[in-house]
Amino acid sequence: MSDAMVNVRNVHKSYVRGKQTVEVLHGLSIDIPKGDFVALMGPSGSGKTTLLNLIGGLDGPTSGEIHVGGERIDKLSGGQLAKWRARNVGFVFQFYNLMPVLTAERNVELPLLLTNLSASQRRKSVAVALEVVSLSDRARHKPKELSGGQEQRVAIARALVSDPDLLICDEPTGDLDRKTADEILGLLQVLNRDHGKTIVMVTHDPKAAEFASRTLHLEKGQLLEQAAAA
Amino acid sequence: MTRTGFVLANLGRRKTRTVLTLLSMVMAFLLFGLLQAVNVLFAAGADFVGATRLVTQARVSFTQSLPMRLLPQIESVPGVEDVMWQQWFGAVWQENTQLIFFAADPTRLRAVYPEYVMPDAGWKAFEETRTGMIVGRSLANQYGWKIGQKIPIASNIFPQDDGSKNWAFDLVGIYDGKDAEWQRATNVGFINFAYFDEANQFGSGFAGTYTLRLSDPDRAAEVASTIDQMFENSPDETKTQTEKDFNLGFFKQIGDIGLIVRWILFAVFFTLLLVVGNTIAQSVRERIPELAILKTLGFSDGSVLAFVIAEAAFFCVIGGLLGLAIATPLGIAITNATGGSLPVAVDLQVWLTGAAAIVLLSLAVGLLPGLRAARLSIVDALAGR
Repeated sequence: MSDAMVNVRNVHKSYVRGKQTVEVLHGLSIDIPKGDFVALMGPSGSGKTTLLNLIGGLDGPTSGEIHVGGERIDKLSGGQLAKWRARNVGFVFQFYNLMPVLTAERNVELPLLLTNLSASQRRKSVAVALEVVSLSDRARHKPKELSGGQEQRVAIARALVSDPDLLICDEPTGDLDRKTADEILGLLQVLNRDHGKTIVMVTHDPKAAEFASRTLHLEKGQLLEQAAAA
Repeated sequence: MTRTGFVLANLGRRKTRTVLTLLSMVMAFLLFGLLQAVNVLFAAGADFVGATRLVTQARVSFTQSLPMRLLPQIESVPGVEDVMWQQWFGAVWQENTQLIFFAADPTRLRAVYPEYVMPDAGWKAFEETRTGMIVGRSLANQYGWKIGQKIPIASNIFPQDDGSKNWAFDLVGIYDGKDAEWQRATNVGFINFAYFDEANQFGSGFAGTYTLRLSDPDRAAEVASTIDQMFENSPDETKTQTEKDFNLGFFKQIGDIGLIVRWILFAVFFTLLLVVGNTIAQSVRERIPELAILKTLGFSDGSVLAFVIAEAAFFCVIGGLLGLAIATPLGIAITNATGGSLPVAVDLQVWLTGAAAIVLLSLAVGLLPGLRAARLSIVDALAGR
């Protein structure tokens, strides 16, 4: 477990929808080593995004254990999880989810408001993050003035700026054309290979999954090999 | 960027909505400042401290005249330096412009109100001209009256012996105030009581109210009490109060001013609560995914709550301070316009009450949408549920 960035043990997750309880994950276990780039694939409703949310500390399991970066996160309170996310995880979403009222550099700076960095230190970190995603020249532009690919680069810079070890990407290329998608995926590869970021990416796109080091398939709330063993 | 900068950026999202909401808040606090000043004024109890003059009126109402025969008894009360009487004339200028005019004895008026400054010749002419009248500088300027003119003034109360309510007086003097404060009070006119007393159809011997100049302000409460006790259980029971309270009595004729003002304030703030509360709630509803992202990035529930309350507070603080700032000189203008008889002072007490209202309003309009934002589930919000 010590070399694993993510260690999920026998996790169950149920949701209550109206009068029904829907069990999404059925005793799922998974290890993701540090520095890995994992693509999670599977049909809709298989539990990919639920698993991603649990690993990213956005939601808690119904039962089971989740360790990330050596810390058990399933026992953390809401406030503790918020602090943990700020320090340890970067998030990239399909629809970018940038703040429309802020410029690119302000969007990237947002997570740094949770740190004790001075304004000049924050500016420096923002400049580096935008440089990494090759978007320094668009720093003063607001999201509506950027293309989809550029917006996603800003979102990646925002995910990187506090230098987390783990990047959680939920369909990061789902809203982009093939060429732009490949550029974004190439960027994620660079972050994984050259900057040592562990990346867990949910995708429906087999071509996107090819950019990952390995692909895990989920079906009916279990990893495919686990499902087969059961 | 700071957290404050982030809040301001969000407020700039819909500029028209922000400006309109802010303006409604400014107007509300402008009203609040003025009405609260009126409320304080009418809610204040009798305060005799520093009073140099008292007014004795009929206990039931100042519209009921006190008889002249009370004069010697009032004059005999220790602490009373001079006494004058004055009868509200109910003056009307031209079509329907009501003026503040009293019938008064010239010599006693001068003795009781040394703050009214006029050349001796003017006072002498007022004493010697039975149909004479004097007016304050601001009144004379307002209507362009000059000494020597015969001014037709009607009374909506007193007819002459021939039944006509149209009177005419010779303007024999224009008085000033001894300082800026008293200059504001020069919107009053006086006619010669002797002439009025003889010529009005309702009979003579009625003083109206008595105004007393005191030898020692420290004895004001004692003098007031002595006079009122003197006439207790008589046909002419009296109520003796300070000039300020007497002046407010005119406005109190309208009704319970304090109650009216409080209801208006309640209506203003209740409406405001709905308007601003709805604006903030709508703003939060529009930004559910953004708020979820803030929480995703690691902002705590408390931080998200604080962001929303800060937005509400922006409207309340900026709008409130601007409104009160505008109300302050407006209160002075109203005080001046009424010659000081309605002193609407947006003072420290009103500002402190306003500050408390700003804090309460910020919480009232920001708390519910803020709690909604703070409690939202990240997963559900991002999934659009």
